[in-house]
Amino acid sequence: MKAQMQSTTLLAAAAAAVVSLGSATSAGAQMAQGAGNAKAGAAAYARYCVGCHGPQGDGRGENAQWIEPKPRDFTEALFKCRSTPTGTLPTDNDLYQAITRGFVMTNMPQWRPLTPATRENLVAYVKTFSSKWHTQSPGTPITIPAETPLTTESILHGRQVFQKMECWKCHGPAGHGDGPAASTLTDSKDQPIHPYNFSTGTRFKCGTTNADLYRIFMTGLDGTPMPSFADQLQPAEAWDLVHFLRTLQPAHSPEAAMWEPYQRAHGSQLPAIGPDTTTSTQ
Amino acid sequence: MMHWCRSWSRRTALSSAIMLLIGPGLVLAAPRAAHAAVRADGAAATGATGSATAQYEAYLRRFGRERIVAGARAANDRINIAAHRQRAIPAFARKYNLPCSACHTVWPQLNNFGQVFRDNGYRLKNERDSPIDQAPGYWPAAARITPQFRVDRSDHQPVDAVPGDPASGQVEKTITQSGFDLSGIDLLMIGTLSKRISFGLIPAAESDGSWHIEAAYVRFNDLMNTTWANLKAGKFELDNMVSEKRELLLSGNGGFYQSYHFVPAGDATTFGIGDNQIGMELSGHSINSYTRYSAGVFSSTDGEVGLPQGRGYDGAVAFSQAFDAGTLGLERIGVFGYRGSRPTTFETLDGEPVPSTGLNTKPFYRAGASGDLFFGNLELLPLWMHAEDDVALATGSFGGAPIPDGAQSPTWNAGLLEAHYYIGHQFVLLGRRESVRMSKQALPDTPSDFGNIDATALGFRYYPIMLSRTGLAIHGEYSWSNTIGTAPLSEIGSGEPPLDPGTSVKSSSIFMALDFAF
Repeated sequence: MKAQMQSTTLLAAAAAAVVSLGSATSAGAQMAQGAGNAKAGAAAYARYCVGCHGPQGDGRGENAQWIEPKPRDFTEALFKCRSTPTGTLPTDNDLYQAITRGFVMTNMPQWRPLTPATRENLVAYVKTFSSKWHTQSPGTPITIPAETPLTTESILHGRQVFQKMECWKCHGPAGHGDGPAASTLTDSKDQPIHPYNFSTGTRFKCGTTNADLYRIFMTGLDGTPMPSFADQLQPAEAWDLVHFLRTLQPAHSPEAAMWEPYQRAHGSQLPAIGPDTTTSTQ
Repeated sequence: MMHWCRSWSRRTALSSAIMLLIGPGLVLAAPRAAHAAVRADGAAATGATGSATAQYEAYLRRFGRERIVAGARAANDRINIAAHRQRAIPAFARKYNLPCSACHTVWPQLNNFGQVFRDNGYRLKNERDSPIDQAPGYWPAAARITPQFRVDRSDHQPVDAVPGDPASGQVEKTITQSGFDLSGIDLLMIGTLSKRISFGLIPAAESDGSWHIEAAYVRFNDLMNTTWANLKAGKFELDNMVSEKRELLLSGNGGFYQSYHFVPAGDATTFGIGDNQIGMELSGHSINSYTRYSAGVFSSTDGEVGLPQGRGYDGAVAFSQAFDAGTLGLERIGVFGYRGSRPTTFETLDGEPVPSTGLNTKPFYRAGASGDLFFGNLELLPLWMHAEDDVALATGSFGGAPIPDGAQSPTWNAGLLEAHYYIGHQFVLLGRRESVRMSKQALPDTPSDFGNIDATALGFRYYPIMLSRTGLAIHGEYSWSNTIGTAPLSEIGSGEPPLDPGTSVKSSSIFMALDFAF
């Protein structure tokens, strides 16, 4: 009986170890700068990427005509999701995470099933499409300070920041991506581009965490109308904005849990977000 | 393919069961007589076979589950179905604007990205999976068909000594069949019903135009918001890591896994682990599918609709784990098991079996291990399987007929090693070696190697078109097999065992095809 129990325990432990191994290998690893092999990446690019991004990396693959938003043009070396300041090249890890994570609401899937080595090689190959990678160095990743405590006040202040920085003009008063300027937006290739709709899910194009959200508006999304607010927002303000933006999402987040009762009780007293109230909220 | 394999297994099993019920001595001593007895009446057993077998056989015939052959069936039907494959689904490429090569090493073989896509219920999870997110004109359907030229040859094939005169006796000949031909066609309709519910519907036509439902299921994905719980119900392929639905070899002898459909001569077990089954399956996987499991319960019908047998249930489990081997690639190993049962008697009315009333079920099982190993551009698919059938099934002892003296439950081992060498993502060299070895015969007088199989296949596939909409492969293949005392599983030739049960039957196939999907 004892031996049987030991065997059962051993089996359970082995199963747990195997499962945890599977989970560990799927976790988001970091790529060291310059770790990829461009030559090996060329084969992977031809297999996975060429259909959209094209053999020249110019975003003119055979599927590009059917895709909205259009595939990234690697010859411009202009990337949305970076840890580096606006106007600078991303790090290899930024590109690696973008490949791994994919871009929600676009045709760019999560390539996490590829081995880390394959993804690293793809990063190296993508960098061969622009001479900028030879003439410039990647920017220095911004520092993300510790998140400020989540309070009703921080959400309220974030709401004021959302109004003050005129986020609503593109993202809409409720964050549905339907602001008055939304229909006029174009990207760096003069292609129409839609602002993010916060009600569609919990994932952003550049991540899922609060830190990812903080990074998005402190670095901006280069090549799109989404600017960097690094010069306009203090870190505490940025975190407050993060807390408010989370309440616009459908998920049962801590922010939403804190905000919903407050809004039920005091919603009618809150100034509306939008053009008519700009003066009153400042 | 499924249809063909079932036809083969039942036909051979029942024919052999009748032979064995006559008595092993008779079978071994006078195989010619036994053959003649089977063929003379086209189906009914001789008096010595007993009423149970006749009833069982009649039952199967009545419900369309068996086609015992009065003469050699047109071999092209069999080969066509053998060459008939599926699971290369350009509809997904159209939906997601991804090239075939994103999900396939070469189609229809999945790479790990395709495996994750499949495990997620054929969803990329990019918030555009639901049909409501697709253009109304999108139709989740694709088709695949394979025009071909083939030459198939089997030696030691019994035929009438005088063509057209069954009374003239039988002689053995080498039979060669060749010509331009066509495979059947699968309509692959797989997609999503909503953001988290997937479906599959695959009506399949054989080359003669007859249709059947190859697969039909609904899958509930990410139950409780986790990839570890997905529930699928309907008819679908077992969770075979080495998938026969996605194999790259297509010829008469190479276009199926011998291991997946073999049952010993005389064994009436109607099961192939490569056959689609009807039931429910709970499955789960890690986010990148490095760890996968499945557990299913299926009706004991081997995928046949109409509940033709009893009320029994089979069970299947599978588990696999992948490891990242750096520049070598991803290495996956796994285990699988299937435990089933089949009835040996039925309730009858006026002597006719009553459907779904199978009684006195007897068990069988299959268990094994497999792998999917990459060494750079070389992919190896090893598989080993051990199998056992109950002695009553193995000897065709139906209707309470006594089990022959000294009979025992047969066991056997099967193994294969398949190699793919990828030269880019549009050209692949193929090879496979497969063996089946009886380790314990059901009847004591049966030679130990009776039923053994060795099969080999070599080939290539070149994909000049691998777009996000369509795919075309130029396929060349040569395969050959050697079976001891029995007909080749491919049924090439007259599809019957040699007149001398100790004879080694050699069968070969040359196969050139244009394999396309759109």
